[in-house]
Amino acid sequence: MRHVISVKVENKAGVLARVAGLFSARGYNIDSLTVGETEKNDISIMTIVVKGDDRIIEQVKKQLNKLIDVIKVIDHSSFSSIQRELVLLKINASPAKRTEIHQLAQLFSAEVIDISSKTLTLSVDADPEMIDNLIELLRPYGIKELIRSGRVSMLKG
Amino acid sequence: MKISGADIIIESLVKEDIEYMFGYPGGVVIPIFHSLYKAPFKFILSRHEQGAIHAADGYARASGKTGVVIATSGPGATNLVTGIATASMDSVPLVIFTGQVPSNMIGNDAFQEADITGITRPITKHNYLVNDIKDLARIIKEAFHIAATGRPGPVLIDVPVDISKSEEKFSYPEKADIRSYKPVYEGHPGQIKKACKKIESSKKPIIYAGGGIIISNASKEIRTFVKKTGIPITTTLLGLGAFPEDDPLSLGMLGMHGTYYANHAVHESDLVIAIGARFDDRVTGDISKFIPEAKVIHIDIDPASVSKTVEVDVPIVGDCKNILKEMNKIVKAPSIDKWVKHVKEMKKEHPLEYSKKGNIIKPQYVVEKLYELTEGKAVICTEVGQNQMWAAQFYQYSEPRTFISSGGLGTRGFGLPASIGAQLARPDKRVIDIAGDGSIQMNIQELIVAVQHKLPIIIAILNNGFLGMVRQWQQLFFEKRYSHTSMEFSPDFIKLADAFGAEGIRIKKMDEVEPAIKKALSIKDKPIVLDFQVAKEENVYPMVPSGKSVKDTIKRELA
Repeated sequence: MRHVISVKVENKAGVLARVAGLFSARGYNIDSLTVGETEKNDISIMTIVVKGDDRIIEQVKKQLNKLIDVIKVIDHSSFSSIQRELVLLKINASPAKRTEIHQLAQLFSAEVIDISSKTLTLSVDADPEMIDNLIELLRPYGIKELIRSGRVSMLKG
Repeated sequence: MKISGADIIIESLVKEDIEYMFGYPGGVVIPIFHSLYKAPFKFILSRHEQGAIHAADGYARASGKTGVVIATSGPGATNLVTGIATASMDSVPLVIFTGQVPSNMIGNDAFQEADITGITRPITKHNYLVNDIKDLARIIKEAFHIAATGRPGPVLIDVPVDISKSEEKFSYPEKADIRSYKPVYEGHPGQIKKACKKIESSKKPIIYAGGGIIISNASKEIRTFVKKTGIPITTTLLGLGAFPEDDPLSLGMLGMHGTYYANHAVHESDLVIAIGARFDDRVTGDISKFIPEAKVIHIDIDPASVSKTVEVDVPIVGDCKNILKEMNKIVKAPSIDKWVKHVKEMKKEHPLEYSKKGNIIKPQYVVEKLYELTEGKAVICTEVGQNQMWAAQFYQYSEPRTFISSGGLGTRGFGLPASIGAQLARPDKRVIDIAGDGSIQMNIQELIVAVQHKLPIIIAILNNGFLGMVRQWQQLFFEKRYSHTSMEFSPDFIKLADAFGAEGIRIKKMDEVEPAIKKALSIKDKPIVLDFQVAKEENVYPMVPSGKSVKDTIKRELA
């Protein structure tokens, strides 16, 4: 099961290495990890997507809390949250297929950011599950390159 | 008035009221040593950085205070890694200063450069690289706070040499205020009540006490608890000394080489009261078969240890001493006469034993004699392996901080330097390092430190010509293929002792054991090496092989 864990940390050198090191040392499975600043310049938020059963996730949260630079750990999987991720997709697109792909992209509010004689590159920022859908829809055309940024998550309300 | 970074370090240590600093100099720490020269506290020079950190560790375990270490950059720092991991596994409070190359050369593969903060990240409770001299005093204050509070652990401070040389006004913070670090000390009163109810209604309870009781200085409270409830108690390796082992309710140590009766009592119990212990794999063996019938109360200061390996029914996060105090106010004794009788019978029927046949000295006999002749009042340090297990089994511990041993990491070479630190911490006690002929060689160079400081440490080498514990495993599970475990080529320990300026006595016969120990105890101003030539293929029993359960206990076949 995938869990989205939001970790509030001190914005200091080495914190990312510490968290990444914790995960690798204990063998937890990271799907994605993003980190960035917040409205307070001495605090950063890391959004980590981990795969594991309840027992493992419980341990992950406890071990994160033990780190001196970690201020708070919230498991977003148990609350209502808004999640967003950015993906850049380069798709095989002959001139004949371009319009089709573009129409599909529009349904997902994707932006065309590059065109060549053989390819079309889209940029999409959306809910990660929507992105999963779009990728599956575009697969038959042939995806040449795909990069996902990893998701950020914020609690509702 | 501005002073140098090096002076700031020394002044901060004076504010922390430290008594000893352990370490070894080198290029980038010369400015710090320059300030250290006139420091009011004592500096103990080791002969290898690993010796320095194990000595600080032994000092911390024996005294309850924080050990302080200094080493230079590069190889000096990396030589500390084993010692840091040792302290980390056993929750020992240490503050470690390492020198670092100048700030503008970091990351350049400079001379004697090592990314020690990167290397020690997983094995320190926390670590710091000082970037600005303005942060130095605050970092030191924080380091001491983090090392000694909550679940203690080693904290490393990496100091680039330009910081040691630059200048700043010194102001030592009153308090360390870290918003992201607030350990919980008071147990939840609701959970405490729940635990007491479970205790009162239990039929076959047992107390499983660990090193946390000693760290928390809770041995008085655990004694009161046992007296009030009448529940039998077993301790882990690191819990030895928390509760007097000569008490009828004491079941000695449990686990892989624990007593038969402790392991079986735990296996048969219906309520395990775990206090300051972490359900380590040496204790549980195969988790799926561990305590099939019992409910679990788990009292620990580290929330991550609770329900880590074993499902817990009543978790109570907090300091053992505080929680036991509260429990002692309200807990009532359960009616368990039948259970206690059964446990005491098991104790009588399955004592720890060894074969006393023949005139070869048995290592267990040496430990028994040491116990007898020190009246159980010595501080025992151990190396790792068979010597460690026999020291745990055949010496009875009654006071906390009298058994100093590397449990979690199992570091061979720990005993000799640790006994130096322990003797400095407890000048009023006799300190004995129980060692093997293999492990004593790993940090033998530290012997000169004991001579230099006139420390009358007794180094009891159980010399069987083998790396005993590994050989035992090779005998029981690897078709007796003694691959590279023979210590046939070892130095003459008596000549070695002499070369260092220590006393040396070789013991070859049973009737020489007692006089040798008595002679050693009469010497008060230098270390004594006792080379006991013991039976070569003696094994530690009982044994629950790793990953197995109590049912698979291997007992000694008395020949």
